[in-house]
Amino acid sequence: MAMASVPETPSTPRFASLVHSLKDTRTLVNTVLTVVALVFAALALFPLLSVLYMLLVRGGELLSPTLFTELTPGAGMEGGGIGNAVLGTVVVVALASAIALPLGLLAAVYLAEYGGESRLATVVRFSGKVLTGMPSILAGVFAYATVVVTTGGFSAFAGGIAMSILMVPTVMLTAEQALRGVPEKMRLAALGMGATRTETVLQVVLPTALPGILTGVMLALARAAGETAPLLFTALFSDYWFEGHLSQPIASLAVLIYNFSGSPFAHLVQLAWAASLILVFLVLVLNIIAQVVIRRPREH
Amino acid sequence: MAESPESASKDDEAAPIAKPRIARPPTAWQRGSDVVFKGSTFAFGVAVVLLLTGVVVEVMRHGGSAMSEYGLGFLTRTNWDANRADFGILPEILGTLYTSFIALVVAGFLGITVALVLSQGFLHRRAELVMKNIIELLAAIPSVVYGLWGIFVLIPLLREPAGFLNDKFGFLPFFDTRLSGPGILPASLVLAIMILPTITAVAREAMAAVPPRLAAAAYGLGATRWEVIFRVTLPTASGGIFGALVLGLGRAFGETMALAMLAGNAQTFGWSLFSPGNTLAALLANHFPEAGQVEVGALMYAAAVLLLITLTVNILGSLIMLRATSGLKGLN
Repeated sequence: MAMASVPETPSTPRFASLVHSLKDTRTLVNTVLTVVALVFAALALFPLLSVLYMLLVRGGELLSPTLFTELTPGAGMEGGGIGNAVLGTVVVVALASAIALPLGLLAAVYLAEYGGESRLATVVRFSGKVLTGMPSILAGVFAYATVVVTTGGFSAFAGGIAMSILMVPTVMLTAEQALRGVPEKMRLAALGMGATRTETVLQVVLPTALPGILTGVMLALARAAGETAPLLFTALFSDYWFEGHLSQPIASLAVLIYNFSGSPFAHLVQLAWAASLILVFLVLVLNIIAQVVIRRPREH
Repeated sequence: MAESPESASKDDEAAPIAKPRIARPPTAWQRGSDVVFKGSTFAFGVAVVLLLTGVVVEVMRHGGSAMSEYGLGFLTRTNWDANRADFGILPEILGTLYTSFIALVVAGFLGITVALVLSQGFLHRRAELVMKNIIELLAAIPSVVYGLWGIFVLIPLLREPAGFLNDKFGFLPFFDTRLSGPGILPASLVLAIMILPTITAVAREAMAAVPPRLAAAAYGLGATRWEVIFRVTLPTASGGIFGALVLGLGRAFGETMALAMLAGNAQTFGWSLFSPGNTLAALLANHFPEAGQVEVGALMYAAAVLLLITLTVNILGSLIMLRATSGLKGLN
């Protein structure tokens, strides 16, 4: 760009320092660092590409309709599918959502509409942030201590509880952001027309903030679907279909991947790859819905 | 509001159409619903606090009996024998610190580089956005899938270079064993991949928060892009970048599945990158499902230790971020 300022000097520029030349150490260092940085940035993309490639190649081999309709096979057996795990993941995530969505949403309404900067609101917000950073396995430990120990057995219910603990903070913190994004004018207009605070929140603020809230819900669902650690010793695993008993152990894609990954049987490992493909597909779809279809408010 | 059928019917009951009034006091139902709604959101807000308290109290309470039984020696013993009720988590504590530290070095370097590429105008805006989304997708992939990838892709990939390093540099403590499968290095590398998005996102935000005037002034004085980065952007954003590293460390300490699958689940600790090891979270994941009553007590103790470590690191990281951003306020 400096070239343009000295167009009349054809061969020997009068202001050598204004010209980009790799003979200049500073320019050379600058260029080399830029190249190095871009190479490392590209390197950071390698794992994602490799994971996706392997999922398509190894997980794609078993992809067929029976994969979704058959039960997991026993050790050393051929055939079978992962239908019970797909269903189980849906059941556990639905159960967790039934607990976490109302809790997270109403808490977010409190933070955005009533709490403001009060001391309690600060404590609630802080608790949410701490819960976000808490290792997911500790949610499992909590559900084990409260549900599994008291009811005397592993259950889908315990798994749902553990998973809901991980969903609550995500739902709450993103929903609060979305609610705060609703212009104050709209609240004032509703109140001015005689709406009560409750009517304002339910009929004006929440519908306006809905896209942002849904983004958070999608991200929470995506995170929950892939969580393994909290299910390992709460929901455990089951080789049978879910038949409506929440007090029984239940299968899930994530735990299936963990259990089968260490298996000496090649077929079970293949099923683990197929399950990974389906799980990642599910999670990516949820993420893409969250990011693209529901348009995010612009960052800057 | 009249468009909404439910609320309209309620209003109609209270005020008949025959005598329309522009202003009227809120009905008892409206006042009641206001109180109930506000009260319930308040209750749910409190519930979130109770949830956190509940988790901390339950883990501490269940770990408590084991704490009084095994004492502080639990932290320095190295055995894990459920039959003789002899438990210690020193290898796990060291393994957690070691793997997290390696992951932090790798992911910190890569993450800060990527954050620079994404925030300092190296790429076209659209390319920046695409790359930012791809890095975010890294965080979306479940850790158990990374574990599977690590077992069947990364470990075979590392075996040859690891053998070479062991042959040529086996005298160094970091390379003095062979990589026979799961081990510290594959576990740490996958851990690095998993904390990369956190570090990148937070560091990028810290860099983007540096007032453009500062960089513009340096450019005006004739600085090259990297001179601006090293002398203006990085020093100004250093607080936020440090916070990003601490938050990344917090994630690394608590990450479970990839380590349970890749670290080797060995009750030992060695400095060699290729030796198997264990971490606190992986210990819980591997032992909890089949633990008897005695072992569960010890595991609860380990969970309490993990909880304390991660809480401390995370709160520290949040405080650093808070101070870093408030420090920049005067410059804007």
